Amino acid sequence: MALAREESSPLFAGTAAGTLRLIMYLALAMVLMVLDHRNGWMWHLRYATSIVIEPLYRLAGVPAQGMHAMSVAFSDRKLLTEQNQRLREDLLLANAKLNRMAAVAEQNQRLKELLDTQHSLELNVQLAHVIHVDLGAYTHRLTLSLGARDGIKIGQPVIDAHGLMGQVVEVLPTTTSVMLVTDPNHAVPVVIERTGLRTVAYGSRDGDQLSLPNIPLTADVHIGDRLLTSGLGGRFPPGFPVGQINAVGQAPNGLFLEAHARPMADIDRSEDVLLLHDQAEPAGPPTPSVPAGPPAELSPTPAASTTSPAATKPATEPAP
Amino acid sequence: MSRRLSFWWFTGTLAFALLSMLVPLPGTLEPFKPYWPALILLYWALESGERVSLGLAFAMGLGADLLDGVLLGEQSLRLCALVFIVLRFRSRLRFFPMWQQALAVLALLLNDRVLLLIVRAFAGESLPPPAWWISPFVGAALWPFLFLLLDDLRVRLRIQ
Repeated sequence: MALAREESSPLFAGTAAGTLRLIMYLALAMVLMVLDHRNGWMWHLRYATSIVIEPLYRLAGVPAQGMHAMSVAFSDRKLLTEQNQRLREDLLLANAKLNRMAAVAEQNQRLKELLDTQHSLELNVQLAHVIHVDLGAYTHRLTLSLGARDGIKIGQPVIDAHGLMGQVVEVLPTTTSVMLVTDPNHAVPVVIERTGLRTVAYGSRDGDQLSLPNIPLTADVHIGDRLLTSGLGGRFPPGFPVGQINAVGQAPNGLFLEAHARPMADIDRSEDVLLLHDQAEPAGPPTPSVPAGPPAELSPTPAASTTSPAATKPATEPAP
Repeated sequence: MSRRLSFWWFTGTLAFALLSMLVPLPGTLEPFKPYWPALILLYWALESGERVSLGLAFAMGLGADLLDGVLLGEQSLRLCALVFIVLRFRSRLRFFPMWQQALAVLALLLNDRVLLLIVRAFAGESLPPPAWWISPFVGAALWPFLFLLLDDLRVRLRIQ
């Protein structure tokens, strides 16, 4: 009885009025959600308020940084020595590899010059620091420390040392949001390196995996095959590693083969990433290439070719 | 003086809740992160109901949406529904023993997740993994400690 009286007591400013207010607020929230979903207001609002929001993100990141600093401060000497030793060895190995790579790059450069190709191997990239990671159930995104002020544009591919990570989807003045290749809403046109088969790799919801749901049944696909970007669609430049197939099976509908791949890039470990500045060529037929020949300095100079007969002529003339 | 202090303490806890919502955790711990704004609002709705209104819940939800970068109005809707239920049953919940209160909090947080699921379903998202449902249980398990801590601090600071 007492409980029944409590509920109807005026302590709660009247239940009817309270319910009306709730309905009003819920309706307001729904209207906001629908408008936001349709028009994408959130983005403009976030852009405008980023000056306030960004320090908050940094503040929220302080505990993680503190943990890192603590782990450095309290790790014991032996561990550090071991780590140092290992890092030294790694550095040596890396340097050795780098030297070899430099030699190969040099040779490549020479060959390319010989072929007179316009494109050079050098990548125009920008290094960015990861300041926030969002690997939720719905979104796989990174926030980077560069923004519109550093010349970042929507659609730029993001890579790390091992392969393609994703693409820029949102640019704020000082930060950038990157959609990872494993995001459920992401798709990237790929080509299987071994066979040249073209297909599309989608992100998937369950963990950091890529899913290739529409491979023809007769296609030759094996576990361990590497996926490269195909460059189709004009968003990603061709030839960057995307993933490695680790499972192949029949799709549930029986019409296609379905493969799963592990991304090549260290999606959940990278601290620094590279933003590619060379946008891929826009879709459409490529510009007609100039017919390539050996470079000018290798061709016999016209002067030399004309002087040599001239030089031999006087020699032969006085003989008779 | 005391009124000003209590006001700052109140807003401070709410701001802290929003900030803890943003703290990044390692990937494996991420599903265990409780929904802090809901917990703190719950506490204040139970302890001083005249301070917490639907308008406040709505405003806090908007702030959380802005910080989280999700659909604008999503958390407003959830927090409004939550605060409405708590204020409705406030006088009963206050005199529950702690374990019953924690169970009630669990029910509220689960209800909150269901609401979120409905909103996401309307927005055309797919179903979340099972780990997504862990968070309300963590929140309910933390509730007694959070409640006692905040209550103790409130008594020490002599805040109404």
